[in-house]
Amino acid sequence: MKKLVSSTIIALGALATALPAMAQELTFWSWRQEDKAQYEKFIDVFEAKNPGITVKFETFEATNYNTILSTALAGGSGPDLMFTRTYGGMETVASGGYLLALDKTNVPALSTFTAPALASETMRSNKTTYAVPFASQTMLVIYNKDIFDKNGLSEPQSWDDFIKASEKLKAAGVMPFANGTATAWQNEVVVGGLVSSIMGRGFYDDLMAGKADFTDKRYVGALTKLKEITKYFPDGFIGLDYASAQQLFSSGMAGMFVGGSYELANFKKQNPNMKMGIFAAPGLKAEDEKLVALYFDGGYAANAKGKNQEAAVKFLNFLASQEFGQMFANDLNNISAVPGVTFKEPLLGEVADLNKHSIPYLMLVHFRYGEPSGSVLLQSEIQKLLGGKATPEEVGKNLTTGLAAWYAPFKK
Amino acid sequence: MPGSPLVSRRLWISVLIVPPLAFVALFVVYPIISAFAYAFFHWNGLARGEFVGFANFYKVLFTQPYADWTVNAFLHNVWVFFALMVLQNGLGFLLAYCLWRELPGAALHRISVFLPVVLSTIIVGFLWKLFLHPLFGVVNISFRGLGLGGLAQPWLGQDSTALWSLIVANAWHMVGFPTLVFLAGMQRIPGEILDAVRMETESEWTKITKIVWPLVAPSATVVFTLLFVGSFNWFEIPYVMVGLEGSPHGATDVLGLYFYRTAFGNMSGSGQDFGAGSALAVLIFVFIALVAGVITFKLRAREIQI
Repeated sequence: MKKLVSSTIIALGALATALPAMAQELTFWSWRQEDKAQYEKFIDVFEAKNPGITVKFETFEATNYNTILSTALAGGSGPDLMFTRTYGGMETVASGGYLLALDKTNVPALSTFTAPALASETMRSNKTTYAVPFASQTMLVIYNKDIFDKNGLSEPQSWDDFIKASEKLKAAGVMPFANGTATAWQNEVVVGGLVSSIMGRGFYDDLMAGKADFTDKRYVGALTKLKEITKYFPDGFIGLDYASAQQLFSSGMAGMFVGGSYELANFKKQNPNMKMGIFAAPGLKAEDEKLVALYFDGGYAANAKGKNQEAAVKFLNFLASQEFGQMFANDLNNISAVPGVTFKEPLLGEVADLNKHSIPYLMLVHFRYGEPSGSVLLQSEIQKLLGGKATPEEVGKNLTTGLAAWYAPFKK
Repeated sequence: MPGSPLVSRRLWISVLIVPPLAFVALFVVYPIISAFAYAFFHWNGLARGEFVGFANFYKVLFTQPYADWTVNAFLHNVWVFFALMVLQNGLGFLLAYCLWRELPGAALHRISVFLPVVLSTIIVGFLWKLFLHPLFGVVNISFRGLGLGGLAQPWLGQDSTALWSLIVANAWHMVGFPTLVFLAGMQRIPGEILDAVRMETESEWTKITKIVWPLVAPSATVVFTLLFVGSFNWFEIPYVMVGLEGSPHGATDVLGLYFYRTAFGNMSGSGQDFGAGSALAVLIFVFIALVAGVITFKLRAREIQI
């Protein structure tokens, strides 16, 4: 018996050397250098279950990732598996035909993902999904619990509450908000985090149906309220950059920070003793649905021309599994896109709850498919609004006419 | 005929000349020529697509929104050039004159004026960003301390002050350079000429306008040309202080930022278009080369040989 086992092993070993294709090594490209250790752990779990397949995790600089990836794919030296961006960023790679189309037959678990999650990795022109979405980010209001408690404040239920709470903090000598808008993309963040509830789900649906544009009074009304509440931003906030704003909040100098759920881990690291809470900025009335702005920020895809495609698809199925989603949430402190994942970090659980009432983070999700992108326009128009150079009506009009350059429903 | 002195001399010369020539060809000439070529293709990421002729140039010059962005950025560069001409070169000339006349403390000032020049531009950018911080910046704190709180501004956040803030930061950083060049020019003026002037007039103004200024013309040629090139290639200070977008709302956008955003994209908003970016780079290069050529030619003509 022993002899048989050892000869089998030798035979298998010989076979493995004779047919190198049998030992399948997959390369897996990423822009998350900081998550390398965690991913290697996930890969170990996969490799333990799938002997004969090894996965090599390689990271590249985040800002140039798309450039590096599309160049490698075009040159035929791309990886077997890769991180992909979402929305417009995904389409630039997928439109070259480099990514393997995914559906219920090769990755069955995809059918359990939410529609917005799948949409983030689906090309609009052919309705094909090219990646397993990995995480969502949520634009919301983060607050300092100690400061709120000390001033007898609770999470605001209506816009009036919100203003009153801000007023009270200001009177107590605390900065109500830490935010600054000198860094362009922060302007998009404050719109998503502060006034999604005011523009409302109805506006979003009409916008998507082509029945409304940004001159709609619900949108303009939301911007009016945005301008109003920036009264409670720090002095000279239009000249305050992103890093300074983060520091104002993490150092406990300000009561609230409007930002993405990705800030939570960072604030915790900066100031481990700070107790934080989160809420969705309220609508005008207490009974209005409170909405956060949601987007997905990446996915996993396989090379359409990869040599070890079967193994790669196996790995993608692992990445779409509940088991992986749970590890992802636990180890990376992110909101996994896999449905049914639970969160041991209570704040993340709260984010997941808030996500149940959300509209997409508008410009990033729907208006980054052409130039000028909605994000570029919005960031610059909000800077005009907050700098007193444009009215909310003008902003709405400029967004609509700007996007009309490529967004068909706005073309008149 | 091997071994003959002429052949070995030629061999010797080529051994010395070929390596640097090859180096320049590979790392200077080739990249410039290929950037020219890139501008004529359509690009998918960094993968070259089909030949499109002048389509990329047409795009950045005549189609919206690129045309507006190009003009906006270009006008800011022009503005920066003239502002720095006064603030940096003008002040540099005056400082050089003061140092040359050896006003009290000249030795100390000669060092302190030149000190910022040796700092890295990135450090200067961050430093000035801190100086101009709306809440904790030394500029606003000083104003408040002097009871002039009304003058405290969100310097980098409003279009009326943002570009000026960058210009001042740049002038602070680089004023030592024209100072040094002008000073060197002044020190070359022969003593006999100065003695002769002293017998004619006591007026400093006459001395500056009639003698010193014409005689430092070679220095002026150098600093004017370099300032022109620097103003139209301006990137580091704006990038560090206001970001790739030229915040707020394009009020500080310059060709360098605009080119970078267009060619390489911007994570927080725009996609990348290597073709349009290359076209911009070529346009910037051609513009700078032509105008710098004309400036040098014109200024050389007024230089006087002593």
